[in-house]
Amino acid sequence: MADANPVSGSPESRRPLSPHIGIYRPMLTMMMSIAHRITGGALYVGTLLLAWWLIALASDAASFNLVNNFLASIIGRLVLFGFTWALFHHLLGGLRHFVWETGYGMEHPQREYLAWATLGGGLVLTILVWAIAYAVR
Amino acid sequence: MSSNSSSIRTPLAKVRYLGSAHSGTREIWMMRLTSAALVPLTIGFVWLILGVVGKDYKAARDMMSNVVPAIVLLLFIVTSIYHMKLGMKVIIEDYVHGEHAKVWTLLANEFFCYAIGLACIYATARIGFV
Repeated sequence: MADANPVSGSPESRRPLSPHIGIYRPMLTMMMSIAHRITGGALYVGTLLLAWWLIALASDAASFNLVNNFLASIIGRLVLFGFTWALFHHLLGGLRHFVWETGYGMEHPQREYLAWATLGGGLVLTILVWAIAYAVR
Repeated sequence: MSSNSSSIRTPLAKVRYLGSAHSGTREIWMMRLTSAALVPLTIGFVWLILGVVGKDYKAARDMMSNVVPAIVLLLFIVTSIYHMKLGMKVIIEDYVHGEHAKVWTLLANEFFCYAIGLACIYATARIGFV
């Protein structure tokens, strides 16, 4: 990590650099901020799965069955379940940021409620979508 | 930047186009724009995927080659790839501090996003046209 000493060092290195994760006591809103980035990063990697599925569907039945068999396996289902959760968690996290940008919800109890709503809402939507998927399958 | 007190330029005018990445407020605006667009598009994408769950090759292909699903999918792909390119750029700028490593990871991010985006767009178009 670059030298971020506010007293010594060159003018460039005296700027406060993000992130200073190590100096904070873990708390829910901070964990949710980290989770927003982690889910975003996971979705980034997850586009490989979408690309694989689309390319297989554009190719032939054998390629498509290969992807489908992987996705139907236990590991495939776990990956897809994680993908679904990351998608909804990140989506609700984004909506939370929109609330903040209007200037509301940054005070102590409200931001905790928003964090819990994002966490709970993401799990509820994930389970709901999987229930629908098993029902229509 | 000098902090001349006699300047009539507002603080916003001084920082506009000159943020820490020297590209001003365009990226943060595009992040908000793609976020807003992705709210309905993600719902549409999940709706599409629920429509092909458990379907075989022929049925899945027939469904995805319809005009509306293809357009929803293309909008979702373009918007989400742009969104994740900006998001990963911010993550890299925050956590990768070495100048060389930063430039290489930023380049890798651009290449990955253009490659994956074009692959998804080409596949979707091929499903619809071939």
